[in-house]
Amino acid sequence: MGPTLAVWKFASCDGCQLSLLDCEDELLAVAGQVRIAHFLEATREVQPGPYDVSLVEGSITTAGDAERIRRIRDMSRTLVTIGACATAGGVQALRNFGDVAEFAAVVYARPDYISTLATSTPIADHVKVDLELRGCPIDRRQLLEVISALLVGRKPNISSHSVCFECKRRGNVCVVVAHGTPCLGPVTHAGCGALCPTYRRGCYGCFGPSQTPNAAAQAGLLRATGMSEADITRYYRTFNAGSPTFIELSRVTVGPPDAAEVSS
Amino acid sequence: MTHRPDRTLDVRALARVEGEGAMHVRVRGDAVEDVRLEIYEPPRFFEAFLRGRRHTEPPDITARICGICPVAYQMSACRAIEDACGVAGPEPIEALRRLLYCGEWIESHVLHIYLLHAPDFLGYPSAIDLARDRADLVERGLSLKKAGNDILELLGGRAIHPVNVRVGGFYRAPTPAELAPLARTLRRALDQALATAEWVAGFEFPDFHHDHEMMALVEPGRYAIESGTPATTGGLAFPVSAFEEHVIEEHVAHSTALHARLAGRGRYLVGPAARYTLSRQWLSPLARQAADAVGLGAECRNPYRSILVRAVETVYAVEEALRIIEAYEPPPRPYVDVPPREGQGFGATEAPRGVLFHRYALDADGLVSSARIVPPTSQNQASIEDDLRRFVEGRLDLDDEQLTWQCEQAIRNYDPCISCSTHFLDLRVERL
Repeated sequence: MGPTLAVWKFASCDGCQLSLLDCEDELLAVAGQVRIAHFLEATREVQPGPYDVSLVEGSITTAGDAERIRRIRDMSRTLVTIGACATAGGVQALRNFGDVAEFAAVVYARPDYISTLATSTPIADHVKVDLELRGCPIDRRQLLEVISALLVGRKPNISSHSVCFECKRRGNVCVVVAHGTPCLGPVTHAGCGALCPTYRRGCYGCFGPSQTPNAAAQAGLLRATGMSEADITRYYRTFNAGSPTFIELSRVTVGPPDAAEVSS
Repeated sequence: MTHRPDRTLDVRALARVEGEGAMHVRVRGDAVEDVRLEIYEPPRFFEAFLRGRRHTEPPDITARICGICPVAYQMSACRAIEDACGVAGPEPIEALRRLLYCGEWIESHVLHIYLLHAPDFLGYPSAIDLARDRADLVERGLSLKKAGNDILELLGGRAIHPVNVRVGGFYRAPTPAELAPLARTLRRALDQALATAEWVAGFEFPDFHHDHEMMALVEPGRYAIESGTPATTGGLAFPVSAFEEHVIEEHVAHSTALHARLAGRGRYLVGPAARYTLSRQWLSPLARQAADAVGLGAECRNPYRSILVRAVETVYAVEEALRIIEAYEPPPRPYVDVPPREGQGFGATEAPRGVLFHRYALDADGLVSSARIVPPTSQNQASIEDDLRRFVEGRLDLDDEQLTWQCEQAIRNYDPCISCSTHFLDLRVERL
C-alpha cells in the first residue's frame, strides 16, 4: 500500500481540490499509488490520521479553523498548501483592507449570526508549511508533479521565475510592448504557462509574486499603459491581495526616472 | 436494527458535495421536530468587497465563488454589467458563450453523476472504490467529463476560473481550425453521454415526491442556458430585473447561506429538474428521445431521479456544443466595447445547479457601488430541508448509521454547492 493522502478545505471555492478530480487521465493511476484517507469532495470514507501527505486548500477566517489547521498539522507528515487562498489568504483577504463588521452588515441581514475573524490569513501564518503550490486555481500539472515527487521522495520541480519566462518560451508577442495592455507577468510567479498573454490579455497575477520583483520598473510599465495609482493598487488586490510582496508592490505607483532624464 | 423513540442524528462534514455543510435532525417519538442544513462554509463577503471595483472586474472576481461553476458566475456577471451599460453582445459572441457554458454543464453534471452521486446508488463510498470493480464505467465518466473540460480549456484557457471571458465577450476568439479537433472529441462524447443515460436509467430510485414550486429560466425556442426569463411551474413569470421583488432572501441562524423564498408563495426549487419540467419541449429531438428512453415523463418531482435529468442535459449540452462548433464563424471582433455608465443592471443564467442571479449598481466613474448575488443552493435550501423532514419521517426505524447514509444520499440528490452558497455536511440526528 502507498502513502496516505488527505485533502482539507478551509475558506475557498473548492477549485484547487477539484483540480485533482480534473486529472481525468491520471486520477485512477494516482488512486492506485496512494491511499486516499480523507477527501470529502470525493469519498465519504474517512480514515483516521496520521497522514503522510496533507493537501490544504483555503484560508483561515474563523477561530475554529485556526484550531483545526493545528490539529491537521499534528496529524500530517508533509503539509502542502494548494492555491492562492491557502498560500496568500485568497480573494477573501480583501477584508483585511476593510472593516469586517461593515462587510458582514452589507451581506447578511443578521450579521450577529456570523462569526468570523477580521482577517483572512494563509496557512503558513498558523502552522509550518512544507511546500506551497501557487495559483488561483493551481495548475494540475504542478499538482501531479508534487504528488509524483513526494511518492518517490524527491524535490518537486517547481520554477519560481516570472510569467515572462513562460511567455517568451511560448513564443507569445508581449501584450505590453505590442498592445499597451497592462500586465503583471514581470512580477508574477510562473506556473500557469503564461495563459493570459496567450489569450491576448494581461496577466492578473493569480499565481502571486515571483522572486525579487522590480517594483519601480513594474510601476513605470503600468503607468505607461495609462493606469492611475488607484488602478495599480486595485490590480494587485485580487486573488493574492494578502501577499506581503503584492501589498508592497501596490504601494509603488511611480516608475523610475527614464534613462534620458537621468543622463540630462 | 435499533429503534429508539427519541434521538438526534448528525451528519458531520457531508462528503461528496462541493463545500462544507452539516445536517442536524431532531426527533421526538415518531415526529421529526426539526431538520436543519447547517452551512458552515465560512463567509467570504464577495458582495461587500466588490464595491469600488471597476465594472470590468466582477466576472473574474465572482468566478472565485465556485470552482465547480465559475463560468456561471462569469456569465451572470457579464450579463448584469452589460445590462447596466446598455450593451448587448452580438450573435457570434453569444454563441461562443453558450459553447463555453455547455462545457461547464458537461464537466459539472458528469462530475456529479459519476464521482458524487452514482456511488450512492451502487453502494460504494466513492467512484475510486467503484473503479476497483468497474474501471470501464469510471473511465467512461472521466473521459466524458474531460470533453467538457476540453471545451473550457480551449475556449476559456483553463477549466477552473477561465481567463478568456471579459465583459463584452472574449479576449480572443478561437479559429474554426482550433475548434475542429474538439468536434471529434464531442462526437465520441455524445455516444458516452447516451450510454451514461442508459446506465443511470437502470438504477433503483426510492419512491419519493415533492410538490415544490419549481423555477428556471425559460427561453422559447431553445433550452435556456446562458439567457432566459424566470418562470415557475406555478405559472409565475417575471423579467430578470424584477428578480428581487419576487425572490426574498432571509438569514437563518444555522447557516452562512441565505434562505430564499418566493414572495407570497414560499419555498421553491431550482436546478436540473426545474429546468427539465419547464423546458422539456425545447430539448433537441435526440435529448428528448433520451429523456423518454430513461423514463422521464412530463415533469421530474422525485429528487433521486435528478440524475436522469443531468444525464439528459449532458446529452443536450454535448449535442448543442457540436451544433455551435459546426455553425461557427468567428466574430469580427472577439468582444464589443462596454463603456461604463451610471446605473443598475441585472443578469441571470442557468448554472448547472440552477438560476444564478447577479445585480450590480455602477457609479459615474464605472466603479461598482453595490452588488447582489443569489446562488442556486441558497434558493433550494428551504425545499431541501422540507424534503429531508419528510424523508426522515418515513425512515425512523433505521439505525443511526443507515439513516445517516441515506440522508447524505438524499442531500446529494440536489447536488448542493455549498461554496456557492457562499457552502456544507455534518449530519446530526437528535432523538429526544
